[in-house]
Amino acid sequence: MAASKAIMRGPTIIKAEDDKTRQLNKNTLMAFSGEAGDTVQFAEFVQANVQLYSMRNDTELNPAAVANFVRGELARSLRSRSPYTVNLLLGGIDPTTQTPHLYWIDYLASLASVPYAAHGYAQYYCLSLLDKHHNPNIDLEQGMKLLGMCTDELKRRLPIDYKGVLVKIITKDGVKEVDFDNDKIVRSA
Amino acid sequence: MGSPFDINGGACVAMVGKDCVAIACDLRLGMQALTISNNFPKIFNFAPSTYLGLTGLATDVNTVSDLFRYKVNMYRLREERHISPQTLANLVSSSLYEKRFGPFFVSPVLAGINQTTGKPFICGFDSIGCIDFAKDFIVSGTASDQLFGTCEGLWEPDLGAEDLFETISQALLSAVDRDALSGWGAQVYIIEKDKVTQRLLKGRQD
Repeated sequence: MAASKAIMRGPTIIKAEDDKTRQLNKNTLMAFSGEAGDTVQFAEFVQANVQLYSMRNDTELNPAAVANFVRGELARSLRSRSPYTVNLLLGGIDPTTQTPHLYWIDYLASLASVPYAAHGYAQYYCLSLLDKHHNPNIDLEQGMKLLGMCTDELKRRLPIDYKGVLVKIITKDGVKEVDFDNDKIVRSA
Repeated sequence: MGSPFDINGGACVAMVGKDCVAIACDLRLGMQALTISNNFPKIFNFAPSTYLGLTGLATDVNTVSDLFRYKVNMYRLREERHISPQTLANLVSSSLYEKRFGPFFVSPVLAGINQTTGKPFICGFDSIGCIDFAKDFIVSGTASDQLFGTCEGLWEPDLGAEDLFETISQALLSAVDRDALSGWGAQVYIIEKDKVTQRLLKGRQD
């Protein structure tokens, strides 16, 4: 899972080392984008509630359960007086079956289980690359190479500098941040 | 932004045959012209021979299917029997009308066989729960105009299960090929008295 590191207010970058992800439990990670303020507030709200559930019931929630909980909260908020404007990607490993899952959730609380996904401008630049190069048995090395192709394309075509991406990987042993070369210079076509 | 009914796209159709019914949907989930997923089924099972198709705003497809799963499970626990298609139709209708002034943006399609009478049953709804009983077919979604045409042309009375499958599949695939917001594969259920067949159609992947 990768997210840009820049926080912007209008045309100004106010932070260049931001982490737009929250770990919900040992084996699920959620990345978010959307309205400033809403994003972190909502992410930390669901993070706290997922952890509270695990403490009360002494069970680790699987990614499907977490995704449906998050969707429920976002759907409830959608029809309230002030809805959260948050787009989410939720990735995780099911602790019982050891299978990986990825969920795409938009600010309307539409939920879809997908093999690969993106939010924001990245969708327009990356989804076609992922369509062509992703396969169901892709390993981590190939995955990182494909992620590199995506960030190269963003550097090549996006007129804004998003200050590189922060990359985290989720394995059966948990979530860890990995080094990613953000300094590579990509020339425009 | 356009109507909430055609942000995500999708199509659903149900047909009556001789002692059988069929219900089919496409698999696309999009945001306007951008396709997010080609594996987003819109048909949900509520009893051994009762299925509900939901097209419209994807978030409400999720919400409404979750809501009815809850309501039908509660019904089954209270009554100690499965819900009949007719009863589910009235449950859907009253539940949607509860939200009369802030509706769910979905157009449900219901298909099933009543296990006590053995008779096929289909019906459709608008987003506020007005039931449309039909003897032939029900269509919904962004390709509903096209589906009316293909169903009107292909459907005939008293089709057997295999012929009904062929008819509903061709009707759906032809309709969604003329709609930019639906397609990307389809799912078809053929419901007979004590047998349900689910088939996945690949369809055009563009």
